[in-house]
Amino acid sequence: MAQFLMPILGADMTEGKLVAWRKQPGDRIERGEIIAEVETDKADVEVECYVPGVLEKLLAGEGSTVLVGRPIALIKADDEAAAAAQVAPSVPPPFVQAAAAATPVAAARPPRPAERVRASPAARQLAEASGIDLGAISGTGPGGRITREDVEKAVAIGATSFAPPEDDRNVRMRQAIAAAMSRSARDIPHFHLTREIDLKAALDWLKETNGQRPVANRLLYVVLLIKAVALALREAPDLNAEWQDGRIERRADMNVGMAVSLRGGGLVAPALLKADERTVDDLMSGFRDLVQRARSGKLLGSELTGGTITITNLGELGADSVYGIIYPHQVALVGFGRITEQPRVVDGLIGPRPVIVSTLSADHRVVDGHLGSTFLAVLDRLLQEPEKL
Amino acid sequence: MNTPELETTVRQILADITADADAMKLKADVRIRDQLDLDSMDFLNFLIAVDKALNVDIPEADYPKLRTLNDIVAYLAPKVA
Repeated sequence: MAQFLMPILGADMTEGKLVAWRKQPGDRIERGEIIAEVETDKADVEVECYVPGVLEKLLAGEGSTVLVGRPIALIKADDEAAAAAQVAPSVPPPFVQAAAAATPVAAARPPRPAERVRASPAARQLAEASGIDLGAISGTGPGGRITREDVEKAVAIGATSFAPPEDDRNVRMRQAIAAAMSRSARDIPHFHLTREIDLKAALDWLKETNGQRPVANRLLYVVLLIKAVALALREAPDLNAEWQDGRIERRADMNVGMAVSLRGGGLVAPALLKADERTVDDLMSGFRDLVQRARSGKLLGSELTGGTITITNLGELGADSVYGIIYPHQVALVGFGRITEQPRVVDGLIGPRPVIVSTLSADHRVVDGHLGSTFLAVLDRLLQEPEKL
Repeated sequence: MNTPELETTVRQILADITADADAMKLKADVRIRDQLDLDSMDFLNFLIAVDKALNVDIPEADYPKLRTLNDIVAYLAPKVA
């Protein structure tokens, strides 16, 4: 039997609220199917299951809040051996523990001393598996002893010890961002490189392309930046990686996380998966959809956890450049400021050109300035031939 | 469609795009992107919604003419008359 755990949907997540089950016991689950909706501090997320099989049992009730890494369902997997290897470790990664310690809202209510709670072994086992505090349950067995049935009832009504605080969601999002960014600033020795990129070729191509298209099919220049970043990573693959336990682990897919600011404050960075393999049109529709769902609706778990690098694009009206903080455990973040008209020398003549400042923030434990510098040069080169993106 | 109706339609579209009821109280002579904190994606979504609601496909070259609510209504009025 495979345990399905509360997933970690972002480096700053410590717990998730189970909003709804999309599958019920007895239901068949195909690989990648959505099994549940989970609310984090930052988003409502549709969580996929990558272990095909049959849903055996739900261990957490709708409305309950469960710590990351705790089991929330049992699945009778088609291939039990493979499932055991696939299921995430039951112990949260070190970052989560650090974040929990640093985030007051994540602190669980201290349980009653164990000796004061009388419960059957089966009840204890289920309570442990479900993230239930036995101290929060009234026993119906002999002498007030808590039975397995009592725990099952508590699971059904979502009486976990990790009840969500009644704080405003914006407050919790701020705290989650604070935990992740503090962690990054504390642990990652950042270095920054910048390069001004002439966007005349890219914007000319975009103008001509959009001029022939109905409004619904037009492109924004940001998708050219996204595609160029993804392709440039192929020539600097150590930037598309994670730093885990003192070793670099390259990621095969170029999943570009996009920092999306939310109305009312805060941000989230869902990823455009395999961005290097997608057309600019596909990236455009994918990005539109991603922004819309980040702001109003639901994101997929794979989008929130899949990012291998992040782009922060300040847009046309903001600052000239950005020196971003890397999203843990990624290795790099690419920032773009606004486009400004600058005098530039081209073919011996001075003329006005649209220029954007690209900035690379990188983890100096993992990569060095030479590689980062190469990456920005490749990015520049790719943007000079927008028709090939 | 008369001008007041057109203005209401445009405000409604902006309110839908931004999920912000304040769009109904926008100042008509101040840049909408500043008032509603629109980014380029919001603006594109606005134009797509205008096309759907009023069947007016605004070419990219005309974007700079659409700064305020008054600009937009004046631009659209002859096209939906």
